[in-house]
This record gives sequence, structure tokens and C-alpha cells, in this order.
Amino acid sequence: MIQQKRQHGKPSGENNTVTNVLFVGVGGQGTLVASKIMVEALLKAGFDVKKSEIHGMAQRGGSVISQVRFGPVVYSPLIRYGEGDIMVSFEQLEALRYLDYLHRDSLIFLNDQKILPPSVSMGIEVYPENIFTTLKSRFKNTFLIEGLQVAQNAGNARVLNIVLLGVLSRHLALDEKTWIETLREKLPPSLIDVNVRGFLLGREYEPAAVS
Amino acid sequence: MKQMLSGNEAIARGAYEAGVTVSTGYPGTPSTEIMESLLQFKEIAVEWCPNEKVALEVGSGASLAGARALVVMKHVGVNVAADPLLTLPYIGVKGGLVLVTADDPNMYSSQNEQDNRHYARFAKVPMLEPSDSQEAKDFVKIAFSLSERFDTLTMLRTTTRISHSESIVRPGRIQKASTASGPLKNPQKHVMVPVNARDRHRQVEKRMRRLAAFAESFPANRIEWNKKDRGIITSGTCYQYAKEIFTDASFLKLGMVYPLPVKMIEYFARQVKNIYVIEELDPFLEEQIRSLGIKVLGKSLLPVCGEYNPDIIAEGIKDDSRPKAKRKGKKASIPDRPPNLCPGCPHRGIFYSLNKLKVFVTGDIGCYTLAYMPPLHSLDTCVCMGAGIGQAHGVEQAIKGDALGKVAAVIGDSTFFHSGITGLLNSAYNRGISTVIILDNRFTAMTGGQDHPGTGITMRGEQSHAIDYFQFCHALGVRTVRKVDPYNLEEVFMTIKEEVNRPEVSVIISEAPCILNRREYTPFPFRYEIAAAACTGCRRCLKLGCPAIGWKEIRSRDEKKGKKLKAGVAEIDPLLCIGCSMCSQVCNEAAITASSGKR
Repeated sequence: MIQQKRQHGKPSGENNTVTNVLFVGVGGQGTLVASKIMVEALLKAGFDVKKSEIHGMAQRGGSVISQVRFGPVVYSPLIRYGEGDIMVSFEQLEALRYLDYLHRDSLIFLNDQKILPPSVSMGIEVYPENIFTTLKSRFKNTFLIEGLQVAQNAGNARVLNIVLLGVLSRHLALDEKTWIETLREKLPPSLIDVNVRGFLLGREYEPAAVS
Repeated sequence: MKQMLSGNEAIARGAYEAGVTVSTGYPGTPSTEIMESLLQFKEIAVEWCPNEKVALEVGSGASLAGARALVVMKHVGVNVAADPLLTLPYIGVKGGLVLVTADDPNMYSSQNEQDNRHYARFAKVPMLEPSDSQEAKDFVKIAFSLSERFDTLTMLRTTTRISHSESIVRPGRIQKASTASGPLKNPQKHVMVPVNARDRHRQVEKRMRRLAAFAESFPANRIEWNKKDRGIITSGTCYQYAKEIFTDASFLKLGMVYPLPVKMIEYFARQVKNIYVIEELDPFLEEQIRSLGIKVLGKSLLPVCGEYNPDIIAEGIKDDSRPKAKRKGKKASIPDRPPNLCPGCPHRGIFYSLNKLKVFVTGDIGCYTLAYMPPLHSLDTCVCMGAGIGQAHGVEQAIKGDALGKVAAVIGDSTFFHSGITGLLNSAYNRGISTVIILDNRFTAMTGGQDHPGTGITMRGEQSHAIDYFQFCHALGVRTVRKVDPYNLEEVFMTIKEEVNRPEVSVIISEAPCILNRREYTPFPFRYEIAAAACTGCRRCLKLGCPAIGWKEIRSRDEKKGKKLKAGVAEIDPLLCIGCSMCSQVCNEAAITASSGKR
């Protein structure tokens, strides 16, 4: 069971507490859709929200980062180094790329997928080993998620992004109803059922006890 | 109802609320989504123009006829539109005319980092700069009313961070679209011959003084008082970063970055002890404020280059009110994921052949610019849209006969219509010998697949006239125009070889739809696979730079004694391969074959 210190976003006396969430991954994994659903749910729940990402030259296969900040009042759309509270990493290597944004107590959800960058598949560079262990040693709240497996259980590997959103959702002060409503409103009708299934499986997911 | 909108979506929404009926532009990151988002409003005539100059001229015509017109482009697009831009303020407007420039600090998808605030000063027009999506929407509406009130084109500047960030927007009242009553004759005001223009220039100067006076009481220029030992003058996204960092400072937040509210700045400066100007790119505000005799700190602490973020500002202006974030110094080497031509990209065959032929390739702006990287390594220049064709001609003029067989220009289809035509006309007219390769992938690929005169389909999806490249090039004076299938490497190689050696201008049209072009791309029937036993590890297929082809090292060197040991074999990722067959064409060992498994 994941230790929950506090539910992020819950007003807890600290009045202007802004929660910072990073979605990182590889172009094509659905990172941007996941963060879009999240900000729509946060808006529904009454938070001030900002989201920032860059599109353009990052074509398919490029590194993608989407930053979401929410709280009573949010100014900067960008997260400061060392102030990221939660990172959802859709791909293992990508988690390493953005560690500057994290602090000791940051929550990391690490999808176990590996996607080889061109320099690795060409045999020029090496894909780092034991990423989970490396992360865990520095950030105790790191959890390995078998996202693709869960997505396949939901019925389609492509709902990986919503599965990971489901995993994240347990740690945010939003009720399940808001999430499901948002999914229903923002996704094309034919994809709603499988995504809701994926979301709920993610929400119930217990990370394996990996040492 | 409140909505999460990107800055670009908010600008489109603002145009709709302002009653805009005509909108024009040319696609370019980070501005593209403004026009695309306008498509949802059926009452607006939206169109992609061949280039930004045309877009602004169309907008000006619409304005003279009484419509409110929005013209949209990226920062470098304004360079193309600069000719009309610098004279339009002389003739003024009838319906409001707003030009959106989307700047790209950090050059996420651009060739330079120019600061288009200079254009406001250069063209003598007011410029607004929003700092989030709500302001982006509201400022568009304000820009239209300023445009009509002061009888001038008005600019709105965004940056990539504003355009592509989302924040909450409250929709506003929708103003009724003005009924365009048609243009009125007014030659003294509209016909810029010297005698009229001299008078109009005086009017422009008068108008700027009126605008400067207006800026003093413009509500979007505002002071937020707090402690007075630190005063910050800022605008745009930097305002948000600074508010995040300096929680107890006083702010002068500029919604209009040109002309400046001089009295307001002087008043602010008298009240606060130390003044910091926080602005990305050039010291545009800083230099003007210094010229008022006010001491400020800005670029001596903060960089001119690149995009800002809260950390850069906090580090530059030391005493941060929050504990400084520790950045972990040394980074383990993390392999990059650079942008790359997609697996099966039709450009690949052209650049593979150009590399083999060792010609100097004057290039252009588009996905194909990526061919400069190894292993294709076959694009030698990239300056601006259309530049490659002129450069190729310049090279041959410089080295004369030695250029034969050694120079070619490449240009995309959309880029050719944007600003390649005049270059080609020049080469043909001035008896050049260049070979111009038009990479026709049937839409504007780099910015997400917009239509253009070559596709014959309008932005609203209506059927129009598709240009005939053969007739068109012949009309420009090019006698030899040849079409190649870029997936047929032999044909590509031979055609380029013949044409670069032809002592006159010729055009090669490489025609195949981008693999992301849903309308025209037909999937290939098979994937390809490599028989590991047949692969000799020669790496020839890797020279294509296809993301689907990888290298597998063979570590144990003691196997199969007597046979020549190979260092490794190439492998095809079946999930990435789309079956273009180029790798199988370059393999000398017949190791790469169509896979039995259908796609």
C-alpha cells in the first residue's frame, strides 16, 4: 500500500499551497491527453489550474513533458526545480531526464515500459540499467507500475495514459465521480468505456512490492 | 462557463467575441492553433494564405471594407509581412485590424529568436502582450477597439509559453459582427504616393503621442503595490514567473508594451527603491526606461538568450524570498530523443541519394531540415523560407562551371508556394543551372498538415484549384521538370544525377504523401524484416537513419569458427516499420525482405 502523507490539493491549513504534477514520457504515449483530462477535472473541482507543454518539433518519438499546477491561486505555468510534488513517468528513461524538478518526498509513479531512443537502438549509447532502484534510493516514494499490463487487462494497450491517471487519482483530493464525468465529457464516445475501465483499474492498482 | 484554454485557443475565442469576420495566416509554430481553433466559428471567413505578406494584405483589404480582421503568424512570418506592415499604419483601418505575432524564445521550433516587440516600435503601432489565456482573450478584444479608436493596425504578441499553456478563461460577451459596408474612396489616406505619405507620416506621429497618453490610464497597465524596496516592471509570461518568486515586491505590469506609459513608470520609479525590469529576449523595455533617466537593473542580471523560467529569474536576481532549489549538479548521461524523420518518410530517399552524390544542398524550412543530421547528413544550409533556391543560384554564380553536378536546392511544397517561386523565377531568368527539388508531400507537414495551393483544398475543406507543377514551372521558364517516386531509390539517384549535371535550371518533383497525411497516404502492404543469418552487419541500411532500424551487437566472438565474424546485425522494429522498402533496396545481401505478416 502506498503511504499517503496527504492528499495533494486538499486544503490543509496552508492556504496557498500549490500542487505541482509532471507528466513525462515519449511522444505518442498519450501524455498530453492524460494531463488534459486532469486539468479539466481540477477545473470542475474548483481549483485554479495551469498547464504547460511544448508542441511543435517534438514529433513522434520525442521526449514530452507536461506540467500541471493547481491550488487556490496559480501564477507561473512552469514548475520550479525541486518543487515537483508528483511525477508520472510513462517511460523509464524519461523519469531520469526530469529529476531536477523533484524533491526528496516527491511521489514518483514509474511505468515499467522502456522505449529505446535512436542512439540506443543504433548501438551508440546505452540505456541506463536499474532505473527503478536508482530512483527508489533517492526518492523513497517511488512506485513501479505495470501500466501496459493493466491497460491490456482493461481491453486496450492504448489506454495506458488513463490507467496511469487512475493510479495518480488516488493521491489527489478529487472524488471519483468528478474524474469519471470528466472522462465521459472529454473522450470520444466510442472510447469512453474502455478508458473508464482503465481508469478504475489504475485507481485500484497496488504496486508490486519490489525491493 | 469557465474553460481551460490554451493561449492560442483563447486568442481565437477573443476574435470570435470581438466579432471578427475575416481571418488569415500562414501556419507556423507556435501560432498555428489560433487559425485552426477559429474554424469552429462558422461565421468567420478563415483562410491559409501562401505566405504572411499575402495574409496581411488580405486582412488590410477586409479592414478597409469595414470588417474586423485578424491576421496570424509566427515571429519570422512578420519579416515576410514587414513590407505591408511598415506602411499600413499610414493608411489606417476602417474595421479593426489586429496582427498576432507568436514569438518563440528558446526556438522550440524556429530558426531564430527575434524579439518582435521591435516591430511595434519600427512600424509605429500599439502592441499588447497578454500574460495568460484570460488576458489573451481579453486583449484581442481590446486590440480591436484600440485599432478602430486610433485608426491603426494593432499588434498582439504572444510567446510559445503563452500560446501553448492552458489556464482558466471566463467567456465574455459576444460583440455583434460589424456589417462590412465596403471600401470608401479616400486617396489622400489610402494611396501612399509621396505627397500623401508625407502627410500620413505626420498623422502617424500624432497618433503615437495620443496612444502614449492613452497608455497612462489604460487599465491593463497597472501597479500592484506591495513592499517598496523592490519594484518590478514586467509583462507577458515573465509577470507570472516574477509573481511566483517575489511575493512581497511591488509590480508595474504592462499590458501594452508599446508605447510605454512614461508618467506611470516615472511615478512607480519614485516610490520604489530598486527597480528590476524582467523581460525575455532583448532589453526592449529596459532601454526605453533607461532613456527616461531611470536607473534599472535587467539584462546585467538576466540573459538575453533563451526562454526564461522562474528559476532563471530567481538565480539572476539573487535574494529570492523562497529557499533556493538545489539543482543536482552533474547529470548521468541520458540518451537524447532528438526529432527525426518518421519511419517511412518519403524525404528519406531523396536525402539518401543526395548524400551518395555528395552535392552541396541548399536547404529550407520543414521536416526535411532534419536531414542535416547524420547519417543522412545531406542538407547544408537552412536560413528562412525560400532561401535555398536563391542560395543555390548564388553558389553557381560564384563558381560558374564548377557548380555543374555539385549543387541542388531542396524545398517543401508549402514552402515553395510561400517563397520559393520568385527564387526559381530568378534562376530561370538569369540563366542559372541549379536543380531545384520540390519535396511534395501533399500538405504542410511540419506544422501538422495544413492545405495549400498545391493540394487544391481550402482551409474549410472546400475543393479548389490544385496547381499543376509542370505547367507552372514551364511558365517560369524551366524547360525540364521531372517527377520521381521517392521510394524508388534507383530512380531517385539516377534522376538527381542527371539533373544536377544538366547545364540549365531544372526541377525535380518528389511526389509522395507524408505518412501522416490521412487523406492521401495509402498504407504499404507489408512490413519488412531482416534475416539475421543473412545480415553481414555492413550497416548500409543504418545509413538511411530510419528510426525503425536498430543495431544489435553480437558480443560473443567465438561462434562459428572459420566464418568472418560480424560485430552485429541490423534489426527492424516491427511496431515502427511501415513497409516503405527503402532498406530492402539498399541491402546488397538480400537480407531484408517483406514480412509474411500483413500490417
